[in-house]
Amino acid sequence: MEVTNMTSVTSMPNQASMAGWLNMPDMPGMPDMAAIFPRIPLGQWLEAAIEFLVTHLAPATRAFSAVTESGLNLLEAGLDALPPALVIAVVGLAAWRVTRKVGLGVFAVAGLALVWNMGLWQATMSTLALVLVATLLAVLVGIPLGIAAAMSDRARAVVMPVLDVMQTMPAFVYLIPAIPFFGLGKVAAVFATVIFAMPPAIRFTCLGIRQVPAELVECAEAFGTGRFQRLVKLELPLAAPTMLAGVNQTVMLALSMVVIAAMIGARGLGGEVWKAIQRLEMGNGFEAGIGIVIVAICLDRILQHVGKRVGG
Amino acid sequence: MAKIEIRNLTKIFGPAPDKALAMVREGKPKDEIYKRTKHAVGVNRATFDVEEGEIVVVMGLSGSGKSTLVRCLNRLIEPTDGMVRIDGADVTSLSVKDLRALRQRTFGMVFQNFALFPHRTVLENAEYGLEVMGASKAARRDKAAEALARVGLGGWEAARPGQLSGGMQQRVGLARALALDPDILLMDEAFSALDPLIRRDMQDELLRLQDDVRKTIVFISHDLDEALKIGDRIVLMRDGAVVQVGTPEDILTSPADDYVARFVADVDIARVLTAGTVMKRSEAVAVLGVDGPRTALRKMRNHAIATLFVLDRNHKLVGLVTADDIADHMAGGVRDLAAIMRTDITTVPPETPASELIPLMAGLPHPLAVTDERGRLAGVIVRGLLLGALAERGGNA
Repeated sequence: MEVTNMTSVTSMPNQASMAGWLNMPDMPGMPDMAAIFPRIPLGQWLEAAIEFLVTHLAPATRAFSAVTESGLNLLEAGLDALPPALVIAVVGLAAWRVTRKVGLGVFAVAGLALVWNMGLWQATMSTLALVLVATLLAVLVGIPLGIAAAMSDRARAVVMPVLDVMQTMPAFVYLIPAIPFFGLGKVAAVFATVIFAMPPAIRFTCLGIRQVPAELVECAEAFGTGRFQRLVKLELPLAAPTMLAGVNQTVMLALSMVVIAAMIGARGLGGEVWKAIQRLEMGNGFEAGIGIVIVAICLDRILQHVGKRVGG
Repeated sequence: MAKIEIRNLTKIFGPAPDKALAMVREGKPKDEIYKRTKHAVGVNRATFDVEEGEIVVVMGLSGSGKSTLVRCLNRLIEPTDGMVRIDGADVTSLSVKDLRALRQRTFGMVFQNFALFPHRTVLENAEYGLEVMGASKAARRDKAAEALARVGLGGWEAARPGQLSGGMQQRVGLARALALDPDILLMDEAFSALDPLIRRDMQDELLRLQDDVRKTIVFISHDLDEALKIGDRIVLMRDGAVVQVGTPEDILTSPADDYVARFVADVDIARVLTAGTVMKRSEAVAVLGVDGPRTALRKMRNHAIATLFVLDRNHKLVGLVTADDIADHMAGGVRDLAAIMRTDITTVPPETPASELIPLMAGLPHPLAVTDERGRLAGVIVRGLLLGALAERGGNA
């Protein structure tokens, strides 16, 4: 008894000190980190850098804002103007023709009809417009970057670590700098979405080009092909299926980010979910969530088959 | 001046080849160089010429450096040291731009695994070189279609490479190289991936094409039978170095060292020797309209032979007379050999393999005539000559 007691008593201070070390930063006896080495103001530096960019890039961001906003509004208005029944029929037909699966056509028609029926049509079109614009921008920037990374080892050495950071950074973090640049609203949402959705477009383009068989590259060289000719005549055509897989990923990421971006003012289906969270309306939240799933499945399946078609 | 001159051509693989290069110059063996410097010697001071219009087969086992050597000619692999001259102009010092132009104009290349572009049709593949050169659409279409017809693929223009058999794919590869009408064809194990029957067809096809187009061809092979069949000359390589350069007969009859001798030991001599190599020049012939029966008889007596080939004034073989026939007709007062000679004689072209000559000669009462493509008498083969040749070469190997 005595012995066990003793051991338990002696172990007590140990446990206490362990817990204290975890809970209390200023535990006596433990030197403060800041006393040895001053705290690095990494956050402040980043903030200063962003503020600097915000003020100095103002004309550019304003121009980007204007173009994106008007494009977005136009697209949204156009999509909205189309009769839902027509859109549903066209998407259903496209799903059937492209995938050659009747089931998917039926699913697309039934799913979109459900979305319409739940009163989420306008929100869906708004989300779709955001996804399309964000994807377009991500592809316009991403594919050239991917080509550069494939053609130059130096470009690759810069781009790839940046992509690693971009892809491990929590998606929410991109929302924060979007606001000072573009203010709350759709453009900020598009910006954050583009940043978030771009990596696959870059990676898959680079991968597709680098995967072109070495013997074909050698053959092209043997016939005196120039570097640009090689890209256009050999590498891009052979990389096309891989690049399209990348674009498909970009679309999917854009869709997921557009939902998150509802927090900074993107409306659409994400906006419905966000509203439901704030008001704890479980039913509405799930309805909007189901709408997102339906849109995602339609986009994904159709794009995948387009990729396969191109691959021959 | 030779079409291609290769002088001391050396390739060392690795980031800092200087030390290894010095060892190569000292004549150190490949293994030792690798152990000391961790640099692999791909090609070791290769020196030989390729003449205009000939087929030179570079052969050796895998790892002997033959593929590296051929890639040094158009600098797909950058040589470490030495010189390659084409028509007297140094290739190793060309700028990137001039090198590209040289590759477009001078070289056609055919690859072991075809290396066809899967996203292009057969016609578009054949057009590739011309397209890169910037030829007009109509011109390249015509030339590509012509090249495809030449290799027997007329009508397949719209197909994709994936739809064709291996042999047909390599025909496309050949057409792609020929469409450019290049001076030099580089063929890297071009037929090695094909099954044996197709391979033999393609070899025949290449020889037939070569009769038409007369290109300078550098052909890489690890197959001695192939080398002997298509090579005007053979370059044998081992461990990156050239061991022997010579005609197929040179290689067979006087191998430079044990390595070459072992290489040729398994060759079926009867298949390699041809009518052209075993025939002898015939000293005695009768010329139609010049020699009468009496002269013919005297020539036979002088050379101790019983038959005499009759040629016209253009040296074209027209018939054969025997001593018995002449004796029969002279009694009847015939003065013209044309009336006496037999015209139903057996002739063979010089490239006929010895294996086919043996059965031919078995039933033949007189020597076999070897004639060239214009019907002129190139030489004669008597049975003893053929057997002697077979025995001799067989004994050497």
